Parts: sequence; structure tokens; C-alpha cells
Amino acid sequence: MAEMSMGQALNTALTLAMQGDDRVFLAGEGVGVSIHQDPNMPTHGLLEKFGPQRIKDTPVSEAAIAGLAVGASVMGLRPVVEIMFFPFITLASDMLVNHAGKLRYLSGGKSSFPLTVRVKAGIGFGAGCQHSHNLEAWIAHSPGLKLVWPSTPHDAKGLLLSAIFDPDPVIMVEDMMLYWMKGEVPEGDYRIPIGQARLVAEGTDCTVVAYGAALYTALKGVKALAAEGITCDIIDLRSLVPLDKACLLSSVRKTGRLVVVHEANRFCGYGAELAAIAAEEAFRDLKGPIQRVAAPQIPVPGSPPQEQFYKPSAESVAAAIRAAIRG
Amino acid sequence: MALQPIPADMQQHLLAQMVLIRRFEEKIINLCQKEGCLPGMQILAVGQEAVAVGIVAALEPNDIIVSNHRSHGHLLARGANPDALMAEIMGKVSGVGHGKAGTLHLSVPEVNALMTSTVVGAGPPMAAGAAFAQQYCATGGVTAVFFGDGAAAEGSVHEAMNLASLWKLPLLFVCENNCWAGAQKPSQHCSTQDISKRGEAYDMPGVRVDGNDVEQVYDLARRMIAHCRSGQGPALIEAKTYRMRGHGEKDRQHYVDKSEIEYWAKLCPVARYRQKLLSGGVISETQLLKMERQAIERVEAAVAFAEKSAYPPPESALSDVWTAPENA
Repeated sequence: MAEMSMGQALNTALTLAMQGDDRVFLAGEGVGVSIHQDPNMPTHGLLEKFGPQRIKDTPVSEAAIAGLAVGASVMGLRPVVEIMFFPFITLASDMLVNHAGKLRYLSGGKSSFPLTVRVKAGIGFGAGCQHSHNLEAWIAHSPGLKLVWPSTPHDAKGLLLSAIFDPDPVIMVEDMMLYWMKGEVPEGDYRIPIGQARLVAEGTDCTVVAYGAALYTALKGVKALAAEGITCDIIDLRSLVPLDKACLLSSVRKTGRLVVVHEANRFCGYGAELAAIAAEEAFRDLKGPIQRVAAPQIPVPGSPPQEQFYKPSAESVAAAIRAAIRG
Repeated sequence: MALQPIPADMQQHLLAQMVLIRRFEEKIINLCQKEGCLPGMQILAVGQEAVAVGIVAALEPNDIIVSNHRSHGHLLARGANPDALMAEIMGKVSGVGHGKAGTLHLSVPEVNALMTSTVVGAGPPMAAGAAFAQQYCATGGVTAVFFGDGAAAEGSVHEAMNLASLWKLPLLFVCENNCWAGAQKPSQHCSTQDISKRGEAYDMPGVRVDGNDVEQVYDLARRMIAHCRSGQGPALIEAKTYRMRGHGEKDRQHYVDKSEIEYWAKLCPVARYRQKLLSGGVISETQLLKMERQAIERVEAAVAFAEKSAYPPPESALSDVWTAPENA
């Protein structure tokens, strides 16, 4: 075990994958030479280690970057491409939604597309709505794409290695605000299975589900309720597609309550699906109304107080848990 | 530039392929009249056979092709099994995609026709990925991607051309300019009336060819593919041809002047080449009749195979999204 930041953990995963398998290459805007010179950036130093044949800085061409991944993967390579900010995925979306996610199906299962797209995401760095906009619901709504989102350095490394060596297309969302967050990371190659959630804390009164940076908001909200004698199951989803339905439902059946926390817009957000699954499949075990803590239906605003207003807060999580319990 | 001499057996092969493609698509036209026989809209390349045949004949077996919605000719030229193509077109389980692709998304990995997209302009970025893999693994292979004059307006095509030239990828861009994008002519949708000039913008060779002359296409393709294979980067061919049947079989071409169709009918690539080989003594009337009969028999056999094949069970729709184990 070593203590390192999430950015360094991701860097370690990329290094291991590239050392162990010549089929792995990286491509994206600034994955080789970046405007940032921070060792906490996931691709920091990889150009020096692996050279320009395998670390490919690309033109500012998201469709071509994603198309490169689609075409190279069906040829047997293991491309790992980067989309610099989550909202830019709209520019790559035809290649991802209509091709990465569908071509295997259209081939009747003959062709495989083992590609990984790393997407840098996050809200809270004052860049406004065209650099901050979590679009996970778009991806989750598109068949054929897997979707993972780590919240710790440990999971970041294990999930990225799983993603790179998965036989199908995986979108990995990285919360940039967590790049500097430190944690214990095991040495060597290990994998966090895609589709497996993590029970972060156990409690009796409510199930709280979150992923990525929102997990920390959820944790703070639950902690604030300890004084009131309220305890919660806290689930870090880690994998949004496929979803660990068993973990979600067994917890909801136990606590009888569900609060979902995410930084994306509430309306048609990923949390709506979790709420619907709980309502359909655990209705008789529910003791109170399902609550969603999410962003209002507005773009991410630029001014710091407005941006804070947009994001779920620990207080709003605590209030939602109380509302779920009150019934 | 004078054409390189083409051996007689290759000339016969070029004609035989065009005849097979024409008969295959004429059969589809015929089956469209049969209520309920073919699902969806049939998009045909009647009149464009020389492009598919001329380009593909210049490729090596380990080269890759990426096709589009007007794919039948590309795939048959590449050697795809007509039985499995026709079965897929009918939505049968014995089709190339076990029924999931239908007529519009036919890909045949067995003959390195690896990817087909009906999203206009989607082929070139994926083809750049395939060409990158060929370069990365030093396979010596080349990728050829077919797209239309309509696709030439898509940003993805421009991104792919820029990337391919920047990285010197072994990628042949084949623009089949069939004079129509939907119901719009190039003068209504394209900033240039010579798409091959786009090559200059991306620092790659760009050459226009008579797309209804199979020998011209084949000759140019051989030179351009040699360029791509030599490590000098991509190349662009604009093959000027004509979409004889409209966008799809339900398109009545009400927006097209009849005289335009008549003009191009006289330039039919199959009839022209048949006449050329006959008058040049490369093929006899008897051989020609045999070639026609073989094509018809092959197509009839494909139809018989497809008709007697079963439809896939409805719930088989759930498989093939991901590599097993499936997760619903």
C-alpha cells in the first residue's frame, strides 16, 4: 500500500496497463504535453515514459478522437482516449452513442470494441456551464456503453484497469476535484469489477446512494445527523452501468428509505432511475418517500455563490434524509 | 495519365463483379414489390457499381473497408457471401448480423468489411482508427472508406481528414459523388463543385475520376492505395457517378429532371464496360451470357437461402449488446 492522490492512482493504472500490454495506447487533447504540469494529472509524465507512438496528442477534434477509439478497438487495440471536459462529450457523442455502443450489436456479436473513454468532470472550479455539466444520464440512457465513476484513489486505479481490459466500451468519469485527494492504493495490478457497488457505511434508518464527488457531500450530510441518532447505509455506486441492483435493493429493503445524491440536474437525472427501480421492486418495503438531492434544471452558473447554490450540500442531504424518515 | 494495362482475367473479373452487384440490387427492386418481403427502406447503388468494384479490386485481402448506407456493392465486391447478405436484408437469423443489422448496417468482418454506418459522415473517423491500428501494428494494410458527396459536408469527415494527414495514416478516402444528397444537388449543399480539391486543403493527393468507368477507377485506386501504403499518408478519390434510383426505393425522384436520369443511363458503367470488353475481344458473347447466367443463379440461390431461413426469435433481440455475460 502507498498513499497517493487519485490523479497519481490513475497515472499508475495507465502506466501498468501500457507496460503490460502493447495494444494499449492513449490519445486526446494534451495527454502528452499538457498546459498543466501537475503530477496529480493522470497523464503526467507518460509521454516521457512511453514516447509519442503510444501517447498521442490529437488535434482539437472530439469526433475524430472517439472515432479513432472505435476503429482502433475493432482492430484489436485497447485505446484509452480522453475527453477534456464532460460537456465536450456532446462533440464525440455520435461516435460513442451510435457506434461504440451499437456496432457490436449490429454485427450480431461478431465484432468487439474494447475502448475506454476517460472523461474529466466536475463542478466547483468556476469554469461555468460549458466546462461543468455532468451528462451521465445521457450515457446511461445509451445501450452498449458501460459507465464507471470512482470516488477514491483505490477505486480509481482498480476501475481504470478493469475498464481498459474490459471487452466492451467503457466510459470512465473522473471528478477533477478529486485528483488531489489522497488515499491508500495497493501496489501492482488489481481490478475493481465493473458492476459492483461499495457499501461505505452501515446504518438502519435510510439508504443514501451517491457516486463520484457527491459521495463526500452525502457522507457529510449523514454525519450531521449522528447527533439526532440517525444512521444510514451509504452506497458508493462506482459503476452506473451496469448497475449493482442487488446492492441497492437489499439495502433499501433493509432501511425502507432511499435518498439519492448527484451533482447532475435532477430532472431525468440518473437518480430518477434509482428511484424508479426502488419504487418498482421494493415498494412494499418502503416506509417513506424517496428523495433526490440534485441540481436544479439550470446550467451550472459562473459566480461562486451561484455555483455553490447549484451543487447539492451536506445540509440538503441531511434535510432529504429527515424528509424520507418523516414520511 | 495513360492507364496501366489491365490483364484480361482482371477485366473479366471487374465486369463479373459489376454484373453480380447489378443483378443483386435489381432483385431487391423486384422484392420490394412483394408485400412484406423486405423490411425497412432499401438504399441501392444502381449506377455506382464501377466505384465499388474498381476500388475494392485494388485492395489486398488484409486491407480494411468501411462502408455506408449504400453498401451492397462494396460488400459484394469485397467477397461477402450473397446468401448471408440477402438473409440479413430480409431480417433473417442466418444474416450477417443475425437480423440485427438489417439492410442499412451490413458489416462483414470475415472479409474485412469491418464497420458500416448509416450516420452520414461517420465512416471516416472510425476508418482513421482502423488505419491508425494498421500503422501502429505495422501490418502494411490500408483502410478505404466510402462516403458520399453529402457526407463531405459533415464535420466528422473534416476532422478525420485532418487527423489522417497529420498522422500520415494509410487511409484512402473515397467520395462517391452521386450528384444527390437526399433531394439536394451538390450546387445546393457543397461549397465546391470539385470535392477532390479538399485534398489540397488537407495536404494529401486529391483526384477526381469518372466513377462510371471501372478501369479508370481501378487504375487511380491502385496508384492512390500505393501512396497510402508507402507511408506517405492518406489520399482522396472523388468518383463522379450517379444515383439512378433515388435516395431509397420509396423515393420517386420527383425533384429530378427526367433528362438527367436519361443522360446518366447512357453512361451506365455496366453496359459501357460490357461493350468495351466485347468490342475489344476480351470477352465473347457466349462468355458474357454465361457470366450473366451465373450472376442470376447466384442471386436466385441467395434469395432461396434467405427465404427459407427463419426469423430470429423475438427475445434474441436482447443478446449481443455486450460480450457475455450479458447484463440486462
